[in-house]
Amino acid sequence: MSSYSSSARFDEARRVAIFGGTHGNEMSGVTLVNLWVKNGSEIQRKMVDTKPFITNPRAVEKCTRYVDTDLNRAFTPENLSALGEGDLPYEVQRAQEINRIFGPKGSPEAYDVIFDLHNTTSNMGCTLILESSKDYFNLQMMNYIKKAIDPASCLVLLNEHPLLKYSTSRSVAKHPVGLEVGPQPQGVLRSNIFEAMRVILKHALDFIELFNEGVEFPTCTVEVFRVLERIDYPRDANGNIIAMVHPNLQDGDWEPLNPGDPMFLTFDGKTLHYQGSGTIYPTFINEAAYYEKQQAFVTTRRETLVASAIRKA
Amino acid sequence: MPYRARFGRKMECVSLPPLSNFAICGGTHGNELTGVYILREMQKHNVEKVGSVSITTVLSNPRAVDACRRYTDRDLNRCFTDDLLSSPITESTPYELRRAQELNAHLGPKGSEEAVDLLCDMHNTTSNMGLCIIFNSADWLILHICKYLQSKITSMPVRALQMDLPLSEAFSVDSLGKHGFSFEIGPQPHGVLRADVFNTMKEAVDLTIEWLQQFNSGRTFEGGEVEAYTRWKTVHYPRDPTTDEITAAIHPQLQDNDFKLLQPGDPIFLSLSGETVKHEGDALYPVFVNECAYYEQKIAYHLTQKSTLTLPSINVKKD
Repeated sequence: MSSYSSSARFDEARRVAIFGGTHGNEMSGVTLVNLWVKNGSEIQRKMVDTKPFITNPRAVEKCTRYVDTDLNRAFTPENLSALGEGDLPYEVQRAQEINRIFGPKGSPEAYDVIFDLHNTTSNMGCTLILESSKDYFNLQMMNYIKKAIDPASCLVLLNEHPLLKYSTSRSVAKHPVGLEVGPQPQGVLRSNIFEAMRVILKHALDFIELFNEGVEFPTCTVEVFRVLERIDYPRDANGNIIAMVHPNLQDGDWEPLNPGDPMFLTFDGKTLHYQGSGTIYPTFINEAAYYEKQQAFVTTRRETLVASAIRKA
Repeated sequence: MPYRARFGRKMECVSLPPLSNFAICGGTHGNELTGVYILREMQKHNVEKVGSVSITTVLSNPRAVDACRRYTDRDLNRCFTDDLLSSPITESTPYELRRAQELNAHLGPKGSEEAVDLLCDMHNTTSNMGLCIIFNSADWLILHICKYLQSKITSMPVRALQMDLPLSEAFSVDSLGKHGFSFEIGPQPHGVLRADVFNTMKEAVDLTIEWLQQFNSGRTFEGGEVEAYTRWKTVHYPRDPTTDEITAAIHPQLQDNDFKLLQPGDPIFLSLSGETVKHEGDALYPVFVNECAYYEQKIAYHLTQKSTLTLPSINVKKD
C-alpha cells in the first residue's frame, strides 16, 4: 500500500564522501580510502559521485590519532570561522579546508552524505553513529543496512546529547554517518574488521543508489542506543587512574549494566559497583583514545525510533 | 655466566650464587601500560625489599610514558648493544640512546660483576601471545623461573621464547642484568590497560619474587623439561614494489593464532583485493602475529622452532 502523500521528501543524494584517517591510527578507514583513491570502481554507483578522502594526512603519515588537536572535535563554529591560517593548529586548518571542499556546514551547497570511518579498541562490533533522531534519511539507510547484513549485526548509537555531542568531521554534510568498528588496536589492520567495514559501506551505497532511482522506503522503526552520560575512571587527587575497567565489564559493550554490577577494579583488587538508578547499556568501554578525555565508557539507553517513509523529491 | 642447557642426559644438581637484587622495569615502551601501572603500584607501596631480595623499580622511558608513545626518538629496547652503549654522547644524541646509557650505569654495567643479579622488563603486545617469557640465552635460572610460572599461572598460557644472540649483540634492556628476561603479555591494544592482563602480570612478578626468596633460602628446584620456542626467521608483509605500501593483511586464519603450528599451504595473508597468500617452507610456530609496533619495519610475524630443553636441579650455593 503506497503512501505518497505521507513520504518525507529528500533531495537526491548525489554528492557522497567517504572519509578515512580522521584519526590517523584507525587503520580500516585509512586502508579502504587509500585503496579507493587508487581504484574507486567498488564504490561507484549510478547517479552518485562518491569521493574517498583522507581527512588528516599528517596524522596518517605519523600513524597517530592527531598532530595538534583531535580533528573529530574540531568542526565547531568558532574553529570554522577562526582567522590566522598558518598559525592555527594543523587540524583547525584542516577543518576549514574540509569545510570549504565538502560544506559549508549548514548550507545548501554542503555534501549530501559523508561516511566517516573509524575503529575503536572497544568491543563494539559494527556500530553506526547517528547525530539526529529526526534524520529520517539516515534512519532509513541504517535500517536498510541492518536488514542487509542480517544475521550479522550492526547497532546504532545516537549521540544527540547537548553536552556530549561533538563537532565531527562528517557534521559538514547534510546527512552525517559515523562507522565505528572494533575491537581493533590503534595502528593495527585486522582483516575481519576491514572486511566488515567494507560490506557495510557497500550496502550503504546500494541504499543511496536505490533512493536516487526513486524507490520509496516505507515507514520503519529502528532500535537505537541513545547516549546518556560519560563515566570516567576513578582518579586520585593528582588525576591518576586508581582503578581499571572490571573484567566483568571489559568487552561487555551493549550488554546491560545493572545497579550493583561490577564496574571498576582497583589495583589492589577491590571491586567498585555501578551505582546508577536503572539498567543502562554501556559502550565505548576502555577505548584507548578516551583516557585523555576522561572517559572509561558511556552509558546509553535503548529506544525505538520511527522513521517516516521517504522518497526522492 | 650462562649455563647452556643440554639435551638428554641426567644432570647433577647445579649450585648457583644467591640472587640478592632484582630490578623490575616498566614503560620501556611508553604505551605498553601494564608495566607502567604495576611499577606505579609498587612505588606507591614502597616495595624495596621482600625477604632476602632487594627490589629496584625503574620506569625505563619516562618521556615516552608521559606522551603515551612507544618512544620519542628511537626504540629504547633496541639501544642496549655493546656498540650503542659505548657510543659517545653529543648534543644531538637521541633521547633513548642517552637513557640507555643512564640505565646501563644504574642497573649494569652490562656484562660486569656490578650488574643487577636479575632484571625483568614488562611489555605488552597486540598479538595473542598470552604470557611469554622472553630471554636471550637458555640460562638455567631463567628456565627454572619459566617452569615455576608455568606450574602456577592458569589464567593464560605461559610460554618461553628464546632470542639466542651473542651478548654483545643483545639489544634489549633485560640484557643489562646478569640474568634477564621480559614478560610479554597480549593481546592488549597499546594505550589500553586491561584488568585481566594487569592481574596476570602482577601474579607473574609476585611469583618471580617468591621463587627468588625460596631459591635464596636453600630450596632445591627439581630438574625437568621446559619447551622453548627459538626465533628462526622474520616474515614481512607483501608490499607494493613501487610505493612500498603494505598490500595485504594477516589472514583471518592466522590472526590470533600465535604458537599454532603453521604448515606449508596454510593461509598467511589476505590481500586487499581478496587473494590468499600461503605459507611455504618448513612447518614452524608463528609469534608476534600482527604486532602494531612492527608495521614500521613491515614485519608481519616471526617464525620459531620448538624444542624441549632439559634442566638440572638447581639450588643456591652455600658459603
